[in-house]
Amino acid sequence: MPASRFLPHSALQSLLDALTARGYAVIAPQARDGCIVYTETRHADELPWGIRLEQDPGSSRTIKGTHRQAFAWANGPQALKPLVFAPSEPLWRISRQADGYAVKAAETPQRPLAVIGVRACDLAALAIQDRHFLHGPYPDPRYGARREGMLLVAVNCTHPASTCFCASTGDGPEAKTDFDLALTELDDGFVIEAGSAEGEQILAALPLQDARAAQVEAAAAGIRHAAESQTRAIPGRNLRDALMARLEHPRWQEVAQRCLACGNCTMVCPTCFCHAETEQPELDGSGSLHSREWDSCFGERHGYIHGKQLRPEISQRYRQWLTHKLASWHDQFGRSGCVGCGRCIAWCPVGIDITEEAAALLK
Amino acid sequence: MKAQRPRIAVHKFASCDGCQLAFLNAGEALLTLAQRVEILHFAEAGWLDPLAKVDIAFVEGSISAPHDIERIRAVRESAKFLVTIGACATAGGLQALRNGVKEAAGWVADIYASPQYIESLPESRPVSAHVKVDLEIWGCPVTIEQVLGATASLLNGVTPVNPGEPVCVECKRRGHACIMVTQNAPCMGPVTRTGCGALCPGVGRACYGCFGPAELPNAVSMAKHFEQAGLDKREVARRFLFITSAAQPFADVGRHYKENE
Repeated sequence: MPASRFLPHSALQSLLDALTARGYAVIAPQARDGCIVYTETRHADELPWGIRLEQDPGSSRTIKGTHRQAFAWANGPQALKPLVFAPSEPLWRISRQADGYAVKAAETPQRPLAVIGVRACDLAALAIQDRHFLHGPYPDPRYGARREGMLLVAVNCTHPASTCFCASTGDGPEAKTDFDLALTELDDGFVIEAGSAEGEQILAALPLQDARAAQVEAAAAGIRHAAESQTRAIPGRNLRDALMARLEHPRWQEVAQRCLACGNCTMVCPTCFCHAETEQPELDGSGSLHSREWDSCFGERHGYIHGKQLRPEISQRYRQWLTHKLASWHDQFGRSGCVGCGRCIAWCPVGIDITEEAAALLK
Repeated sequence: MKAQRPRIAVHKFASCDGCQLAFLNAGEALLTLAQRVEILHFAEAGWLDPLAKVDIAFVEGSISAPHDIERIRAVRESAKFLVTIGACATAGGLQALRNGVKEAAGWVADIYASPQYIESLPESRPVSAHVKVDLEIWGCPVTIEQVLGATASLLNGVTPVNPGEPVCVECKRRGHACIMVTQNAPCMGPVTRTGCGALCPGVGRACYGCFGPAELPNAVSMAKHFEQAGLDKREVARRFLFITSAAQPFADVGRHYKENE
């Protein structure tokens, strides 16, 4: 194992510069509109320095903390999903020709992204999205173009929110695989390691120090503390049989009294991949644009099949979401669809808690 | 022989004329439309032939006066396909705030200098309360994209994209921070259908519900949440009894909170 290295806070700009020099557009977290958003970033001082994040069911607030760290928060409403699986994008345009029609595929995105601040839960979610979009019988070229060129700089989570439960799903708080670089933040900088050959090359370009044993231990302790301080947990990593045996449980009706069917849980879920396609002809009849956009199992289109709405009630839509995520996902992907990020809890306007609902259903 | 162009009409009932502007403000697309179809009736733009037989009749405005009932029946008979545009035609509009209010009968005398010229029905109702409607486009006002998008689809034999999904879904697609979750704002987005492009939450304002109830809205839970978020019953009622006050379930929930304020 190579000696651990240390990147002082004062040298963080060198990481952004090294990524830019390699041709990447750098995406990093910033504090904006009361939450953490991942957006194009040129300067290290744009990061959320000194920001804390308080998340509770249906609530998220950024707060000016007393610390001097840039990653002392858990996560924002989105991270990698919109960067690889576009919320809305054209797929192709059909144009009328004298002798029929021509199809032109929309341009594939070319610019590679380097994302700084990826959490372990989001890496686990990305692995699931990869299986869905890339490793099935019909790989998605648009997802693939964004994903292939993407460089991932993980930052191990040391400040989980009250809504986090990645320790119980086994997906965090430490990033273990599938990253190019992984950082763990201390008060004056980062313990840093490479997870790929490209990550090693980038490290070679940075003004690193050797990490002291105390720094390495403090980093490990931060991650341990992040796991131990989580107060929520999903009651079991495989709830497939238990949930499928409870499809008529009265809890589905109870949660439907509160559920707004707004779809926010599915929009922020980093593993939800449902989408709908739309057709918009030109007014002059010369052609038609075919597009794809995020869809939700809480929406009308999702359960509509030729004249019949299969899930006309909110209880059925919530059940569809939860039993797919925690039960039938095992058949589809060999694991649960939940990575414990807690976004569905924080970003549900009425604060419905997936861990609480799962526990109630098991009773 | 040149094939006959599809014929359209744009009718106005009780309304502010704002939804017809989706056609008039369309710019170059309006010229394209004028070449693609034959516009036989569109009073605001100058064409007058209200009884002409057409393929598509667009109707703005609610049924608010006795003669509106006869007129909308004639429009229905003249059109193969009837499309309502906007909150008035689709849900009764802002003027439906008078529905079910006892004092409303006296308002005409209070407001107008010569009330003897005003003939209105006790309730403002949507077009669908009187005749069959083939497509309802919600909005206050409807957008150019909605109206011309639906028109282009109908002219090309494609089912119009007319989602009943909540504003939240569009808000998330656009990457807006949720103002309910970050600011405790009394946003109607979770129960309101999209179509506006999440306009208000995108600039930090709580959704007013202009586009009417979403496809499967839980207005009861939404109202309870507003109460927990600090709104009093009167304020909750006003969230629901606004642009589409006559549309269910906004009407029932709003009235319940109004009566118990």
